[in-house]
Amino acid sequence: MRREIPMILTGFVGFVYIIQFFVPHAPFDIMEGLLTDWMLIIFAFAIWLGALNLLKVSLDKIYRKGKDWQYSIVTVFGFLLIAIPGFFFSGGRRFQDPGTAFDYIYQNVYTPLSATMFAMLAFFVASASYRAFRARTKEATMLLLAAFVVMLGRVPVGDMITQWLPEGYRLSQVADWIMNYPNMAGQRAIMIGIGLGIVSTSLRLILGIERSHLGGEE
Amino acid sequence: MFEKLLSIDRRIIFIFVAVALILPLFLNISQYIAISPEVSKIYDGLEELKPGSKVLFAFDYDPPSAPELQPMAEAVLKYCFKNKLKVYIIGLWPQGPMQANLAIEVIRDDPQFADTPPVYDQNYVNLGFMSGNELVIQGMGSSFQSTFPRDYQGTPTADLEMMNGVNNFSNIDYIFNLSAGYPGTVEWVLFAVDRFHATLGAGNTAVQAPQIYPYFHAGQLQGLAGGLKGAAELEKLVGFYGKGTKFMLSQSFAHLTVIFFIIIGNIAYFATRGKKKQ
Amino acid sequence: METGFTLSNTIAAILTIGIISFLWKDNPLYKLCESLFVGVSAGYWFVSLYYQNLLPKLFDTLGLTQLFTSADIEPGAIQILINEGRVDNSFLYLIAGILGALMLTRLIPNLGWISRWPLAFIVGTTSGLYFTTYFQSNAMAQLRSTILPLDSIGNVVIVIGTVCGLVYFYFSKEHKGVMGGAARVGVWFLMITFGASFGYTVMSRMSLLIGRFDFIFSTWLGLTG
Repeated sequence: MRREIPMILTGFVGFVYIIQFFVPHAPFDIMEGLLTDWMLIIFAFAIWLGALNLLKVSLDKIYRKGKDWQYSIVTVFGFLLIAIPGFFFSGGRRFQDPGTAFDYIYQNVYTPLSATMFAMLAFFVASASYRAFRARTKEATMLLLAAFVVMLGRVPVGDMITQWLPEGYRLSQVADWIMNYPNMAGQRAIMIGIGLGIVSTSLRLILGIERSHLGGEE
Repeated sequence: MFEKLLSIDRRIIFIFVAVALILPLFLNISQYIAISPEVSKIYDGLEELKPGSKVLFAFDYDPPSAPELQPMAEAVLKYCFKNKLKVYIIGLWPQGPMQANLAIEVIRDDPQFADTPPVYDQNYVNLGFMSGNELVIQGMGSSFQSTFPRDYQGTPTADLEMMNGVNNFSNIDYIFNLSAGYPGTVEWVLFAVDRFHATLGAGNTAVQAPQIYPYFHAGQLQGLAGGLKGAAELEKLVGFYGKGTKFMLSQSFAHLTVIFFIIIGNIAYFATRGKKKQ
Repeated sequence: METGFTLSNTIAAILTIGIISFLWKDNPLYKLCESLFVGVSAGYWFVSLYYQNLLPKLFDTLGLTQLFTSADIEPGAIQILINEGRVDNSFLYLIAGILGALMLTRLIPNLGWISRWPLAFIVGTTSGLYFTTYFQSNAMAQLRSTILPLDSIGNVVIVIGTVCGLVYFYFSKEHKGVMGGAARVGVWFLMITFGASFGYTVMSRMSLLIGRFDFIFSTWLGLTG
């Protein structure tokens, strides 16, 4: 019961979408439209689950006084910092309008924190390149050379250095060629491989051969 | 000496990177921006649109990717407003429509648009964000209004004047997707282009762009701009220069710094490897 | 965006510097900013999804908003039932609401298994959609575009690169002889691909950092133009 109903549900919904692709007429198009709309709602709940779970874990940590529990207070505070203005002081459905309290927190707290968190990767990319990017083998050297050409060719300085070369051989043009031919071919091979992998995994899921998402018997 | 170089404190590298990025912000050196074929294709696609044509902007990114994608958004939006194209904004990322608002605000403050600032529901509408990733695109293929019952301000979509006669991709002339990952350009190609035959151009973060080239070559994607360089190229093509062009000098210095460190690292590695063998 | 040494810019700058301080070493200011980021992100999604998804698509459609507030909204399923005595199709959205609510049972230890039902729905939908779409767009369309006349160096590179790359990923036959040679060429192409991706990754990461430095030195401190 705990596994059978979800398995039937997966198979039924999966087949509706497959049939609708080939027969985009009633009743399949209507079913597909309805199921799609339902999915958008279920997705929202799934993300709510993530947010609520974070709150639960944080509150639990504060209650148990776990390691670094003080930071969990900050996490809960952060949640409320944007949720309270968003729900009560930002004009309801117009919460995203420029100038609302929600917008203020978005611009001055969320944006700098998230942007800087990802920007930090620049430092680590540079440091890792220095320590680990070695031309040890022929393959690694090819990788390195391709990276050099692309890095130089994708900024104006590349063309400045190779201005003396004839048209078509300057770094920006060589980088264009690498991106559009060897890179494209390699990416296409990866893409076809992944595509076929997704197709076979989807089929296994729909037919109930792959059941890992249903978990064990609890 | 080389051993010392190999065990250099990473914070020294951090300082070099920071200086390489900050210093050029104070310099004012104009640089030649070469246009790549995939970016010029976007411009060609936009040029084919007649005044009144409908362009759907999908803002699928958040603030971390804004330095790369915001300049693209501003450049193409300016082009659209200048050429009297009608702009429809949506986001598969919740932050996307807010980034769109920021871009529109910048355009409103731009002296070049002082006489003709973009007006809501005349020049553009923002339908907001909807969760569901590729399913949102699939839903839009059937009905925009059912997928987005209200715009980002809470107004029923059916009440918007610009939505008259716009209900699925067949009513849209061009889609411009700004993408920082999933969901993004891949999903737009898979669903909007291959299922509903829309025309799609895309601006991608540089991390994502190399993976998108096969779609461009297969004709599934009309044009592709990758990273800050793509933004600078777009700015040059549409004639509205912004941060894409401004940041190019810092970008050049940054790349040179990384290359310098890779070369030094390799020299030190091979020099010490020889010694170890002895 | 306002520029200058304003309160809002100063808050943003302190948070930016707080995160960057990790470069020196892990410290309480960084941990504080990191925890704040996690909380604010979750809160952001929570509010956004309520107003942009659940409210218009579920609560308005069912008529719950109209029931509990005085908002001027078209009648929902409940209002249609009360006023016209008719069960509207929009009542079907109740199923989505129930499935969504079942998702939240994950938070209750003994009832967590019920969340597999909506999860199965998500997996089924995604599988059904991906099965046809990926086959059409990523497999067939890409294979079709690789069938090219070998009349230019570019086309030869595309055909050889794609075929050899695929051979490298084909593990059902040992990579020996012709297969081995092709797989080796495939590796070269993949190396160039990864090199190009690395170059682009550097470009991307640096751009993001330039954006933050621009905020500090231009927007906040007003030192650059």
